[in-house]
Amino acid sequence: MTFRFLSGFGAYWMLLGKVFSRPEKPVIYYRQTMKELVSLGLRSIGIVIIISFFMGAVITLQTAYNTENPIYPTYLIGLGARDSIILEFSSTIVALILAGKVGSNIASEIGTMRVTEQIDALELMGVNSASYIILPKVVATLIFNPFLTLISIITGIVGGWIVGTTAGVITSSDYIYGIQYAFIPYYITYALIKTLFFAFIITTVSSYQGYIVEGGSLEVGRASTKAVVYSSVFILLVNVILTQLLLS
Amino acid sequence: MIRVENISLSLGGREVLKDVSAVFDPGKTNLIIGKSGSGKTVFLKCIVGLFEIDSGAIWYGDVLFNELDFRARKEIRKEMGMLFQGSALFDSMTVEENVRFPLDMFTTMSYGEKLERVNFCLERVNITDSNSLLPSELSGGMKKRVAIARAIALKPRYLFCDEPNSGLDPKTSIVIDELIREITVELNMTTIVNTHDMNSVMENGEKIIFIEEGEKCWEGNKSQILQSDCKLLNEFVFANALAKQLKESAR
Repeated sequence: MTFRFLSGFGAYWMLLGKVFSRPEKPVIYYRQTMKELVSLGLRSIGIVIIISFFMGAVITLQTAYNTENPIYPTYLIGLGARDSIILEFSSTIVALILAGKVGSNIASEIGTMRVTEQIDALELMGVNSASYIILPKVVATLIFNPFLTLISIITGIVGGWIVGTTAGVITSSDYIYGIQYAFIPYYITYALIKTLFFAFIITTVSSYQGYIVEGGSLEVGRASTKAVVYSSVFILLVNVILTQLLLS
Repeated sequence: MIRVENISLSLGGREVLKDVSAVFDPGKTNLIIGKSGSGKTVFLKCIVGLFEIDSGAIWYGDVLFNELDFRARKEIRKEMGMLFQGSALFDSMTVEENVRFPLDMFTTMSYGEKLERVNFCLERVNITDSNSLLPSELSGGMKKRVAIARAIALKPRYLFCDEPNSGLDPKTSIVIDELIREITVELNMTTIVNTHDMNSVMENGEKIIFIEEGEKCWEGNKSQILQSDCKLLNEFVFANALAKQLKESAR
């Protein structure tokens, strides 16, 4: 078990070595990156908005119901919702959701390319298949995921405001005052730094799982599942480390 | 010319190739035959460098291919074209983009020149007006022909075909066989075809290598195959009653 983990870990880093070697023809890689921006980035906006809206709504309602005390000013609901969304939910939870959506997509796409010999075809032509397939995905997610996080933060806060005021747990002016109160801009930087790490984990771990597939469609399905599970575990692990490093 | 000297390979603790040697001549369609699981595909993938051999030597002309690193191999790989068993067309690309891919990657041709070359290759394999179709919209035979067009886009010196007839009806198989044979002569390529299709063997077999359990058991051509006394070869080639009759009549 330990040997398998270590050899897998070594193979992962060796694959990354191939991925980050000099591209054969940068213009082709640029075009691929643009395609991946659409496929992995733009097409994730919908799910990020839906999840973030309801996440913001639930956080606001739960904060309100758990702080029903005349001692606490109600604007603290807005403040609590804002900090929860920025510090944890929009970066980590959205990353976990994307690990499911984007990660499984990447692993199944690359896995299918492997079992249908498309990767062999690239290698035979003399193309660095790892770099050609994986590098544009990594670059695209590193560029686009910070925007997804920002969209998530805004949508979450708006969701909390709409649902909080509609449910009557907070007034509009208190909520707006709360989300502005004692705001620390560094929290946004912290969320974006975490997002970059998580984007890298999602794409590289999922790509690795797809790239090493052997067999047929069953194995591609398994690789897809592994991609989601391993990406999620690594995201949670790195989240702890980054929180300690960046907020202590 | 491709020369293979005493190559051996073990995969997962099992010896799949045992000391195999062969010479493949240019301008000829060289066939590797053998039953399923005999090691034909592994042999072909060793020759093109998709599997690293444990011992032996693979020569492309005067170059010892198996000793080269990735960068040096790249130069020889630009002279290779391969038709994979499942065609291996890129799903997300159209027919035109598939055939244009090696040109995009390795040439400095203008878009117009590339398009001209793509159309020439597609016409050569008798595919017209299909440039904008995706591989999922093509029949099995068309996929094979597009894969051949892609393989010859860079005017290769070496063409490798892994079971080009698998999954095709007999008539389409003959069309593909003829196409491979014609292109081989036209471009004076060294062509190696893996097959267990007996029609191909009898039509294309200018040089035939028979592999059984990872070992080369017999070498000859389509005329010699009828006269062979190799028991394993006879069991494979003349497995059905019609083929047995053919052998008897040849004797």
